[in-house]
Amino acid sequence: MIDEARPDASPAIAPTPPAGAQAADPAADPRSGRQSAWRIFLRNPAGVAGLLILLIMAGLALAAPYVYAEGPLAMGAMPFIWPGEGLAYPLGTDALGRDVAAGVAWGARVTMLVGLSATFFGVSAGVIIGAVAGYFGGRADMMLSKLIEFFQTPPSFVLLMVVVAIAQPSVSSIILAIALVTWPTVARLVRAEFRSLREKDFVLAARSLGFGHARIIFGEILPNALPAIIVTASLLVAQSILMESALSFMSLGDPNLVTWGSMIGSGREHLFTAWFLSAVPGVAIVLTVLSLNLIGDGLNDALNPRSE
Amino acid sequence: MKPAVEKILDVRDLSIGLKSFRPVQNLSFSVRRGETLALVGESGSGKSLTALALMRLLPEVARIAGGSATFMDRDLASLSEAEMRKVRGSDIGMIFQEPMTSLNPVLTVGRQISEVLRIHEGLDRRLAMARSVELLDLVRIPEPQRRVHEYPHQLSGGMRQRVMIAMAVACSPKLLIADEPTTALDVTIQAQVLELIDNLCRDLSMAVILITHDLGVVGQWADRVVVMYAGRKVEEADPETLFSRPLHPYTRGLLGASPRMAAGISYRDQALVEIPGSIASATMATGCRFAPRCDLAEPSCLAADPDLLEPAAGHRVACPIVVRRGA
Repeated sequence: MIDEARPDASPAIAPTPPAGAQAADPAADPRSGRQSAWRIFLRNPAGVAGLLILLIMAGLALAAPYVYAEGPLAMGAMPFIWPGEGLAYPLGTDALGRDVAAGVAWGARVTMLVGLSATFFGVSAGVIIGAVAGYFGGRADMMLSKLIEFFQTPPSFVLLMVVVAIAQPSVSSIILAIALVTWPTVARLVRAEFRSLREKDFVLAARSLGFGHARIIFGEILPNALPAIIVTASLLVAQSILMESALSFMSLGDPNLVTWGSMIGSGREHLFTAWFLSAVPGVAIVLTVLSLNLIGDGLNDALNPRSE
Repeated sequence: MKPAVEKILDVRDLSIGLKSFRPVQNLSFSVRRGETLALVGESGSGKSLTALALMRLLPEVARIAGGSATFMDRDLASLSEAEMRKVRGSDIGMIFQEPMTSLNPVLTVGRQISEVLRIHEGLDRRLAMARSVELLDLVRIPEPQRRVHEYPHQLSGGMRQRVMIAMAVACSPKLLIADEPTTALDVTIQAQVLELIDNLCRDLSMAVILITHDLGVVGQWADRVVVMYAGRKVEEADPETLFSRPLHPYTRGLLGASPRMAAGISYRDQALVEIPGSIASATMATGCRFAPRCDLAEPSCLAADPDLLEPAAGHRVACPIVVRRGA
């Protein structure tokens, strides 16, 4: 040998028989991919609680057209029935005699739709832009980083309001506007992940096997960055729900739809006489956002090897 | 005799530039079909850079500054990136020093081998998976049916290196570049892996460039040896000649600095001779780069680059002094 220190240079001090050294260790590491990550998640009570709350909210959203077939705007009862006063209206009625429970259930549909779609578009754009910037570096990185900074400079909620106000409030414009203000967060995260992952040996090995850039980005590096992206996405859903609620609260939501935000907004006028009109949808928002944050924490523990 | 047909890789005057510095300069060697050529040298002698240059995978700061590398009638240095991508993994395979980090940690072994087959041979998912099992069997991994669904962290270092070899030879390349394939492995596993490479090279009639700093490995597995010092070839010969009649002062120094059990010389019998100085002294622009550490050096050594002389057939050395002295 020439210069590198090789403590194992003498065969005499390596008593391990070849067969033993080869066949060892199938059971050494019980973690095998996604299945065990799921098991770790289920061991986390907070995460499971979050998942249960979210499932209940999702069930509510799915059941709304069947349970409250007349829709959330039907005026069928006395106004200002308090929650618990009558069995027919467990969450009470508002100033126009509309069932608050129907509003919460129908509002859950809009909320879930906006939260999930906005996150989908925001994460997709963020992943593609962040991956290209982080993987290629150089000039592409410089230009895309400037673009990310450009979108991050104005306060995101102000930007959101301006975009929605210009584009006319509707569910689709709200979804796209929320995606527009949230993608830079994802893009920065993905860019940082790709910058470190592209230096790994397995990327060089993949290139030595003739893999193209697209295949390396999506097939080799992205699966390694996925845990961080999933955790961020779960928190982004919560953030999108808050943004949509805030827009609706300020009457910048879709005027044809009842959402939790718009219910709080219209309940505001009766805050001293019937505070439950704002509190009930408020609790729904708190529970949903809390559940998503709990799920995000649980996923972080389950998917992030460093947190073990 | 038809040497032009026999050579599958012919490297001529290859230089690699790294800013203003030339870590590899005017390197020439050739590889014949089915032959194992060892590139030997210490850290920093440019052997890994040479391998990366042949694959056109040099880091961004480095580039091929001159010369050619003719592989099966095509100059690798001037192929387009798209053409080069077809060569990589299909005509030339490469295995790396670190089996622990060279596999993708989140994909199963089978998925990683399949991917290569799907790119280069257009196999569908099921066929590629079946072929992956065969390849794992070819590289002697026990229970390939089960192992194909496992993740890299479930395999030992030796097995991971076998998986890397399976990926590199999946498309039966004509040339395998093995960059210190056993440095990170136990001695017992080293021998197994090298034997595997040697067998595969014979079964698939594949040539191998074996990059190593381990002279024991060279003696056992190589058909021909190129000794590199500071980015240049200083000597080339078959291993028997090199070990019995080394010519270049650097090669002699290397052999003197190694314990040689076969010749009955152990570090217990006599102190190993060291080469004075370090490779860091090889910074000059012209002249023999080993001259500052060489006890035969004459003023002329520093004046001009030494020519490559061939004192005996197949034995080349870049030192006019030893040849003149007829040593």
